[in-house]
Amino acid sequence: MANPADGGLMARLLPSRSKGNVQDQFYRLALLLFGVSIPLLFLFIVLRIGTEAWPAMEAFGWGFITGTEWNPVLREFGALPFIFGTVVSSVLALMIALPLSVGLAIFLTELAPRWLAAPIAFATELLAAIPSVVYGLWGIFVLVPWLRFTIQEPLSRHFGDVIPIFEGPAYGFSMMAGAVILSIMIIPFISAVTREVLTAVPRDQREAALALGATRWEMTWQVALPYALPGIIGGAILGLGRALGETMAITMVIGNRPDIAASLFAPGYTMASVLANEFAEATGALYLSALMEIALILFGITIVVNIFAQLLVWRVAKRGGR
Amino acid sequence: MPRRIAQISRGVLLLSLMLATGCWSTDGGEGNDRTDDSGRLTLTGAGATFPFPIYSRWFSIYSREHPVRINYQSIGSGGGIRQMIEGTVDFGATDAPLTEEDLERIPGTLSIPTVLGAVVLTYNLPGLEQALRLDGEIIAGIFLGEIRRWRDPRILALNPEVEIPDRDIIPVHRSDGSGTTYVFTDYLQVVSPAWRTRVGRGNAVRWPTGLGARGNEGVTGQVRQSPGAIGYVEQVFARQNRLPMAEVRNRNGEFVAPSIDATTRAAEGLAERIVDDDFRLSIVDAPAEGAYPIAAWTYLLISPHFDDCSRGTAILELIRWALLEREDDVRDLSYAPLTLEIRIRALDAMKGVTCGPSARLIFDPDRDFEAEARGEVPPPEVEIDPDTPSGGEDTDGESR
Repeated sequence: MANPADGGLMARLLPSRSKGNVQDQFYRLALLLFGVSIPLLFLFIVLRIGTEAWPAMEAFGWGFITGTEWNPVLREFGALPFIFGTVVSSVLALMIALPLSVGLAIFLTELAPRWLAAPIAFATELLAAIPSVVYGLWGIFVLVPWLRFTIQEPLSRHFGDVIPIFEGPAYGFSMMAGAVILSIMIIPFISAVTREVLTAVPRDQREAALALGATRWEMTWQVALPYALPGIIGGAILGLGRALGETMAITMVIGNRPDIAASLFAPGYTMASVLANEFAEATGALYLSALMEIALILFGITIVVNIFAQLLVWRVAKRGGR
Repeated sequence: MPRRIAQISRGVLLLSLMLATGCWSTDGGEGNDRTDDSGRLTLTGAGATFPFPIYSRWFSIYSREHPVRINYQSIGSGGGIRQMIEGTVDFGATDAPLTEEDLERIPGTLSIPTVLGAVVLTYNLPGLEQALRLDGEIIAGIFLGEIRRWRDPRILALNPEVEIPDRDIIPVHRSDGSGTTYVFTDYLQVVSPAWRTRVGRGNAVRWPTGLGARGNEGVTGQVRQSPGAIGYVEQVFARQNRLPMAEVRNRNGEFVAPSIDATTRAAEGLAERIVDDDFRLSIVDAPAEGAYPIAAWTYLLISPHFDDCSRGTAILELIRWALLEREDDVRDLSYAPLTLEIRIRALDAMKGVTCGPSARLIFDPDRDFEAEARGEVPPPEVEIDPDTPSGGEDTDGESR
C-alpha cells in the first residue's frame, strides 16, 4: 500500500468516488456502522453491568473487594476469595503451561524433523478445539482421582505438617486440579504464539550466530529466544487472559468453596464460577447486584491483561517488520 | 454487480439499524405474538428446574387437547421469580417459597403447590451393603464440619449392625443456587439450632465445609468419584440413577427410606396450618407417621389479576386439570402427589383471581372442586377463545 504506483493503479481501476454515487455512499455508511457497532456494544455492556452493579458498590464500597465473607443468607458479600481463586489458579496454570509451551515450540521450530513437527503441532492445536465441558468431565473422572490418590494423599501425608501448600485433607477437587485443567487448556494458545514468533526470527540472525561458531543450543538461547521474548510474553498473557475467564471446566474441578487457603489441595472458587453457579437462582436486588459487581471486576481484570498482551504483541510485530 | 452490492448493503444497513434501535425491549410481547401460526393461544412460564419433567408432560398433553400452547422455560426458581417481577411471563414457578421482599414487588401473587419433592442423602462407602441410617443432628454435624470421620460414635450408634469403613467424610453440596439446597438447609435449620445460627437457609448458603458441585449430576459425579463422600440430591434424580440413599430419622423417631408415599405423607394434616390461603409453609421434619423428613412442595406463581381473560382462564383451567385429573403422571415420573385436601385448598385459593378491566372472577365462586375431583360433577365447559383478547364484559375497544 505504501507504494504510490499501486495507489495510482487502484485509482484507475476503481470507479471514481463522486458525491453522486449513492451506492458508494451506502457502502461507506454500512461499513462505518459495522466499525462503530463493536465499540458501542462494548460500551453498552460496560454501562449495563455498571448500572446493575451500582447498588452493591454503594452498599459495600471498597469493602466488597477486601471482604472475605460471601453469605447470601445474611446478604453479606465480599469478593476477595473469588478474586484470589481466579488470580491464583490462572497464575499457577501459567506457571505450568509456559515452560511446557515454550519447550514444545522450541522443539517444533528448531529441532523436530518435519514429519514429526506437523502432527505434533496439529495435535496441540486440536487441544484448543475441545469444548470446555469435556475438559471438565475428563477432570472429574480422570484427573481428580489421579491427583488425589497419586499426588495429594502421599504429599500431604509426608509433608503436609511442614509445608503449608501441601496441607491436607486431600479431596482431589482443589485449586491444584483447577490449575492443571487450565494449564492444559491454555497450552495450545501459548505454544502457537511462541511458534509464530520463533519462526519470525530473521534467518540471517540465526545464520550469523552459527557463523560465529555458536552451537545450536547457544543460537536458540542467546539469539532466537531473546529476539522472540516480547512475543512469548504476549502469548503467555493471552493465555493468562483465557485462563482468567474460563468457567465451565474449572467450576467442575475446583471444589467451589469461597475460602482463601494456603494449601494447593484445598478447594477454591473463581469469579467466573460463582457467576455461572449463582446467577440463575439469585433473588434479591443486592445479591444480583453483588454478582454484577464481580462480573465487572472480572471484566476489568481481563481487559487490563489483554491490553497489556496486545501492547507487547504490537511491539514485537513492529520489531519483526524492521 | 455494484447494484447487487448496494441492495445487500441497504439490507444490511436496515438490519443493523433495527438491531441498534429496537429489539432490546424486555416486555413480554403481549401484543402480536399471543397466538402462534396455528391460531393457538401461547402461554409463557418460567422457573424451577425441579418440576420441569412433570410440567412439560402436563403441558404437552394439555396442548394436544386444547387450543393452547405452553412454553415453559426451566431457568431456575430465582429466574422464575425475577421474570414474574418484571412481568415478562404469564406464570412463574419456584421451589423456594416467595420471600416477603419478593411479595412486596408482586403483591397478591399466589403460590400454588403442584407436587412434592424430597431431598435424599447419597454416599460413597465402598463395601456397604445396607442403607445407612442418619438423623438430623448427624447430618447437620457432617455439613457443619463437626463430624469428620465415618466411624464417629454418633454414626456408629445409629448403625450398630453395619460395617462402616474408617474414612474421612467428604461432604458435597450444590455450588449453584438451587431449590434443592433451599429444602435441605431448611431441614437442617429446623433440626439443628447450631445450623440455624451459623448458616441458615437459602438457595445458596455459606457452607462451612465440603466441596461444591454443579447440579444434581455434578454432586452425584463427585460423590461417585470420592470414596467417603456424602451429598444431597433431589429424590427423582437419585431414583432414576439408582443411587444409594440414606434412611433418615423423622420426628416420630422412625427411620424412613425415601419413597413417593413417604414424601406425600410429609404433607398430611397440613391443611389446618394454612392460613389466608398462604401455602408458603415449610413441611420439613413433618410430624406425620411414616413421613420422610426432607420434603417440600414446588409452586406455580399466579398473578391475582390477568388483563386478558382468555389467558387467565387458560392458566387456571390448566392448573385445575393438572391437579385433579393427572395424578398418574405425577407417580409415573416419581414425584409425590399432594394430598387431595391440599389440592382442593389450592384451587379454592384461586377463586379470588380476576381478569379484564372489570375484574371479573375467573372461577365461579360456588364451584365445588371436591365434587369435581370425586367425579360427581363434570367440570364446566370453558371456552378459551385464542383469537380475541377478551377482557370480560366490556373489552378495551375490541369489538366482539
